[in-house]
Amino acid sequence: MISKLFQNLVKHIDSFLMACLFFTLLLGLFVLYSASGQNISRVYGQGLNIVVALGFMWAAANIAPNQLERVALPLYALGVLLLIAVALFGSVSHGARRWLSLGFTQIQPSEIMRIAMPMMLAWYFSKREGKPIMADFAIGGLLLLVPVALIMKQPDLGTAILIAASGFYILFLAGLNWKLLVGGGVAFAASTPILWSMLHDYQRRRIEILLDPTQDPLGAGYHTIQAIIAVGSGGTAGKGWLKGTQAQLDFLPERSTDFIFAVFGEEFGLLGNLLLLLLFSLLIMRGLVIASQAQSTFTRLLAGSITLTFFTYAFVNMGMVSGILPVVGVPLPLISYGGTSMVTLCLSFGILMSIQTHKKLVAT
Amino acid sequence: MRAELKNFQHEQYYFRLRLGFTAFVVLALFGVLAARFFYLQISQYNHYQTLAENNRISLVPIVPNRGLILDKKGVVLAHNFFVYTLEITPSKVDDLEATITEVSKLIEISALDRKRFNKLREESRNFESVPIRTHLNEVEAANFAVNHYRFPGVEIKSRLFRHYPLGKLGAHMLGYIGRINDKDLTGLEKSGDLSNYKGSDHVGKSGVEQFYEHFLHGTTGFQQVEIDADGRAVRVLSSTAPSPGDNIMLSVDSKLQEIAETAFGEHRGALVAIDPKTGAVLAYVSQPTFDPNLFVDGIDVENWKSLNESLDKPLINRPIRGIYPPGSTFKPFVAMAGLENGKRLPPFSIQDAGYFALPNSTHRYRDWKPGGHGMVDMQRAITVSCDTFFYGLALELGIDKLSTFVRHFGFGRKSDIDIQGEIEGLLPTPEWKMRRYKQPWYQGETVIVGIGQGYTLVTPMQLAQATAILANNGVAMKPHLVTQIQKAITGETQTIPEVVQDKVELNTENIAIVKRGMIDVTLPGGTAASVGANATYAIAAKTGTAQVIGIKQNEKYNASSIDERHRDHALFIAYAPADDPKIALAVIVENGGHGGSAGGPIAGKVMDYYLLGKLPVTEPAKTGAKTPEKPSGITAPTKPSAEEELHD
Repeated sequence: MISKLFQNLVKHIDSFLMACLFFTLLLGLFVLYSASGQNISRVYGQGLNIVVALGFMWAAANIAPNQLERVALPLYALGVLLLIAVALFGSVSHGARRWLSLGFTQIQPSEIMRIAMPMMLAWYFSKREGKPIMADFAIGGLLLLVPVALIMKQPDLGTAILIAASGFYILFLAGLNWKLLVGGGVAFAASTPILWSMLHDYQRRRIEILLDPTQDPLGAGYHTIQAIIAVGSGGTAGKGWLKGTQAQLDFLPERSTDFIFAVFGEEFGLLGNLLLLLLFSLLIMRGLVIASQAQSTFTRLLAGSITLTFFTYAFVNMGMVSGILPVVGVPLPLISYGGTSMVTLCLSFGILMSIQTHKKLVAT
Repeated sequence: MRAELKNFQHEQYYFRLRLGFTAFVVLALFGVLAARFFYLQISQYNHYQTLAENNRISLVPIVPNRGLILDKKGVVLAHNFFVYTLEITPSKVDDLEATITEVSKLIEISALDRKRFNKLREESRNFESVPIRTHLNEVEAANFAVNHYRFPGVEIKSRLFRHYPLGKLGAHMLGYIGRINDKDLTGLEKSGDLSNYKGSDHVGKSGVEQFYEHFLHGTTGFQQVEIDADGRAVRVLSSTAPSPGDNIMLSVDSKLQEIAETAFGEHRGALVAIDPKTGAVLAYVSQPTFDPNLFVDGIDVENWKSLNESLDKPLINRPIRGIYPPGSTFKPFVAMAGLENGKRLPPFSIQDAGYFALPNSTHRYRDWKPGGHGMVDMQRAITVSCDTFFYGLALELGIDKLSTFVRHFGFGRKSDIDIQGEIEGLLPTPEWKMRRYKQPWYQGETVIVGIGQGYTLVTPMQLAQATAILANNGVAMKPHLVTQIQKAITGETQTIPEVVQDKVELNTENIAIVKRGMIDVTLPGGTAASVGANATYAIAAKTGTAQVIGIKQNEKYNASSIDERHRDHALFIAYAPADDPKIALAVIVENGGHGGSAGGPIAGKVMDYYLLGKLPVTEPAKTGAKTPEKPSGITAPTKPSAEEELHD
């Protein structure tokens, strides 16, 4: 009886994904304990975040993909409306207009977009029955650019990049013409001076300092320099848990959130880093397998986009901490402290599980 | 349906193709990350390891306690104590003026404090903390501590302060310490001591504090501490204790010093007393003096102005930097030069008519006594200070022989006493005059050198040393203020060796003639008979009067004081007991008039205390040493001779 109940409960949970998630989240809690200066309440807080996020994951896993398909458009529309509302009435904090006050609570509509964007585009291309024409990609591109532009305007470069990526993956997987892709790449490269002029001063500065962090070792370059020192001084096996001097003596800024990977790299070294890469690779490969086995256009595009967006998270964060990418506000997925991103991530993994476990047996 | 399925399969095939491509890209980019990690954590490990260590480890200097300065009997002349200071680090404060104004609502900060702060700030580097108030009491310190959070960059520190408990006493000899300035830094860098001054704020600026800086400072200790990103020490990794500076013991007895200084009264001048057999300096007076405590935490503008601009020039270290014509105190040494060169040997004598004239010249060099002294031989010439006798002797000797010989007594060169800044004085020669004035030397100039006038300039230190050398029969002991250096921890004592500086072979009979002449000076008929009148020991002495050419700063004299300050300087040299000299001294009383009457009593008090332990009797109406003082209760057996009244 009980085992039956349990079986029902886990019916839509993908055990491979779950195992990798569990292990990564556990690792994350250990790193967070160290990064927070051995503040156990921080760890409890994150534990609560994880429990809530896993609840969302479970719920998402139990919703059939065709249900999701139905809410794709309304969710996207809501997201865009809220983004416009933010642009008009949003509250400003730390020089960015990201939050919308609902009276009882504050929401960040860009977070809705993280899920809504791939769903919307996957839905749109599924409607084209796998035979999209050029005009569809133009429309898809427009659907993508409007919210991305709004988010960039806030400004929130990290989120904008991730959402842009998630949409782009759909376009790519839906069969965006290679010539167009290459042409677009060239066009993008050609337009960098224009984009450069559109960037905010602090964003430009970040890119400049990425190229040469020593330009401003105590200011904007400080983050990168200290993070690189932390990672580099970790060596092969790391300085040991709770023993990273860069982390424990406050040299690393934002070390519970965006720069938690520096703590990880310092305390667990190259071996730890490779382990983390392995865990992320397993999650991503599993996601790609789910995508490749998905039975509808909507599900396969959605699964592919979710997986690749997760990869983007991980790559951008580790790249910026190790100094090969500019510092954009992207947390390390599943490890960095923070409830919102944890919920969004687990929700997307729940969708992957749903796609995997709601497959109908089809003769092939 | 079939077409649809086929279409579906077709679509899935292309989808998987693209998915495979993305999988490849994912792995490739993770590969890039792995390569980056390998580069940072394996290839560049040593580099980043070093950077991380440099980040976290900091060397914190521990300043050693400065050594004490003690007098001959162990009386503390300089020591240290802790005081609370309120300090501001200018680089950490945005609006300095506003902050100071706010802080002054909690802790009283006077205009003087502000001025001193501004002066110190100019001398310090911006990131150093500079004291704005010192000597906070407990209440003030506590009051600030609770409000500390309001004032970033302002803090209470506990600093070790130098203190000179006897204040003005012997200030020129002790010197003082002050905050290290750029010039000091350059000096420390040259001497290779700079690394030992990490964390030290102060350095000896003058006197013994400066000369024995190396011993007094001690060795700085270090703590290796782990610091966090804000530079706060988290824990101590290793520690090397500082070793405190050595204690230094002077040959000066502070009581004798006090007696000597008091004896000057309101007069300006200098006194140096030396043990002729060892070179130990027994008293070192420069009047007026100043309070060295003013300099320790940075002197304020008002005090500095009043000291620096005073007509009395209290900051000048007169014994080694004041230069005076020796006047008649030069005669014993001219006499030695004559006798050793075979001139004026007994029974040679002259009939003094009261003047001397160069051959073929009508110009008369007058004796101080109109009409002359009658028959005068060498011994009597010293006793009565016969100018005519020495005019002739100097001329016959010639300037070269004279200057060369008296050099043996330390004139014209540094005494090498253990204080920096000594001036050489001047023994003129024709070559010197040609260099200096582009003029030939005239014979008349030789004549007046015979009585210590003309170009000849000496410091009180040189005069005292010359007297000591004469008393010691030509053996020059290196003068020194410090006798012992004691390790603070072990108590191990190092005695400064007595060094024979120079030795001139003098004929004992010649010495005896000069010494007898000097002993007679303090006997009835001599120019300082009153000094010897009450003494229970024999004193050899010589008086002198120097016309004021001043100690350079005369130009600044204002009109109202010109007259008083152009009075003659009184000079007096002596040693005693005459048969076994234990003390030799030189006294100069600026604008004091007669050497015997102004300088003699001061010398008498010093010798009485040093030789007999006799304290001078304090007189109710002390007007200084302007009138000759005699220890009361003893009536002078002889009335001072007319000569003494009139001349040196």
